[in-house]
Amino acid sequence: MTDITTPGSTLATPAEIPVSVVGHVIAAVLLLLFPALSSDFFTFQIGAYSLVMGTIALSLMLLAGYGGMVSLAQMSVAGLAGYMIAIFGTNSSGAGLGWPWFLAIPAALVIGTLLSTVVGLLAIRTEGIYTIVITLAIAMALYFFTQQNVEIFNGHSGFAGIAPPVLFGIDWRAPKPFYYLSLAVAALSYAAVLYASRTPFGLSVQAIRDNARRMEAIGYNVAAHRIATYALAGLIAALAGVLLVWFDGRISPGTISVDRAVKILIIAVVGGLRHPAGPFLGAILFVLLQNFAIDFVNPERFNTYIGVAFLIVVLTSPDGLLGLLGKLGNTANAAGAANKSLPES
Amino acid sequence: MKMFILTFLNGLTLAALYFLVASGFTLVFGLMRNVNLAHGSLYLLGGYIGYEAANQTHNWFLGVAAGTLAMAVAGVLLQVLVFRWLEGQELRQTLVTIGISIIAADLMLAVWSGNTYQFDPPAWLIGTTQLPIVLAHKSDGTPILLPYPTYRLFLLAAGLVIGVALWLFINKTRIGMMIRAGVDDRGMLDATGINVHVIFGIVFAIGAGLAGFAGVVGGTALSIAPGEDVRYLLASLVVVIVGGLGSVTGAALGALIIGLAEQFGLAYFPTYGIVLTFVIMVAALAFRPQGLMGKARL
Repeated sequence: MTDITTPGSTLATPAEIPVSVVGHVIAAVLLLLFPALSSDFFTFQIGAYSLVMGTIALSLMLLAGYGGMVSLAQMSVAGLAGYMIAIFGTNSSGAGLGWPWFLAIPAALVIGTLLSTVVGLLAIRTEGIYTIVITLAIAMALYFFTQQNVEIFNGHSGFAGIAPPVLFGIDWRAPKPFYYLSLAVAALSYAAVLYASRTPFGLSVQAIRDNARRMEAIGYNVAAHRIATYALAGLIAALAGVLLVWFDGRISPGTISVDRAVKILIIAVVGGLRHPAGPFLGAILFVLLQNFAIDFVNPERFNTYIGVAFLIVVLTSPDGLLGLLGKLGNTANAAGAANKSLPES
Repeated sequence: MKMFILTFLNGLTLAALYFLVASGFTLVFGLMRNVNLAHGSLYLLGGYIGYEAANQTHNWFLGVAAGTLAMAVAGVLLQVLVFRWLEGQELRQTLVTIGISIIAADLMLAVWSGNTYQFDPPAWLIGTTQLPIVLAHKSDGTPILLPYPTYRLFLLAAGLVIGVALWLFINKTRIGMMIRAGVDDRGMLDATGINVHVIFGIVFAIGAGLAGFAGVVGGTALSIAPGEDVRYLLASLVVVIVGGLGSVTGAALGALIIGLAEQFGLAYFPTYGIVLTFVIMVAALAFRPQGLMGKARL
């Protein structure tokens, strides 16, 4: 377990890659002004989508970076929450239960969190590299299940026509409102993860990642800490899952395919697992590539390029883009690395 | 009764196929602690190469040989070019295998497109064989025997033969002894003067070759298409979780349980077949996290 998150290097506290107050303020201003400075396409397809994918990847970063547990089931958690929105709410297949949003959303969040907790209960039975195997198997099983099950999940076709409620006279699926909604959820989740990492609970989780046996020996309930981390990650993933189903407007087994689960892992790893900013950085890069790689290369081979980019990052920079930026910052600003701001967009 | 026997036999043949795929996976993990998530890609690529070779030469056995050997070579290359440099970094190795599987799946799609390929075994394996199982008696007293596809019987036999051969190789030969020693204590094996990297190469060649072999014989029984890599990776994962990572006997036992469960699930409650498999995995994790045949890790 000890060398899971930071192979080949000493483990570090998150403070080692400094994201200063200045950096946060700059990032916040840029993110808030982004819709005003860009077209609706950029606001919705690039901005909002990056924030949603980044939030799902953030839940993985919380588990993998702080907890040392690489779970491939986070996309399934998000997907299940999305499915619940479709099933409890309304959809064009006419199969929704038609609950109002203030019931459907909490129900989706609770069920998503529950799934993540159950995944945690199972995954913590074994350690380290086994976690990835078990969570991958769970993700695959859920994918095949949604595909085969018609009564609940409507099988292959899934559900379509899912939209966020119109509240306060605002259509929340319009580019700008949806962007700010995603930004609010992302910022809240980001702040929650950052805050949690500095609480006694978060520090214990990181200590357990570094040496579970020692923590067990000095009386910490290792299993409970790990399951709680899964639950928190589940809540974040479920929140993002609700946004994702609104973004897509539909959900089907393809949403939670292994391919998608792996892409969340790629986003988190490429961005960097050391700091909650990493997943968002990875998501921005991923979404930009997905949208604009078409202009330069054969779009049909997108997966090959993503795979190669992923391999290069894994092989060269264990801390992802964030690690690379940290190194650049350190060389450029050797004296005052602590004042370095993080380029966010 | 007929349905039960047929389902049972189908389960057995599926188990044979799962065993072929999963034994390579578990062997590689046992020695190198390398969770090779590109194992499914080796299966699929082996199937495609076997198909091409069989198509060119009109000889199914050459197809099998080509698929097996090509993947064995690919396995050695993976070990020598990639994994050797990441030794002891389990997570990075796994991430690298994920990257490889993504690229491999995409490139295979580019070369062989999304079509489903099917190819025939030699003529003497096509058709059915009457099994000595009496279904009923005709009015004159001659028994009606149960017919079963010959090829599936061949698959079952192949699984058995390879299983026994693998067991003998690991338990009765000198190299097998080295492999077992390596599973238990790699550092100590290294210290006794044995070139561990040669052993690693051999094991990876066997593991990947088995995946390629399974790709061809499994692809003949069912079909080859994109997505099969993920399916057989899932099968391997569940089989080794149930059987115990690193144990070939465990892979056999796990494959038997999962193969039977899947077929009986499919036959008796179709929509929830996958759930049965999953429930078995959960039960195994709950009561025996190290798997049925796995050793508890310290």
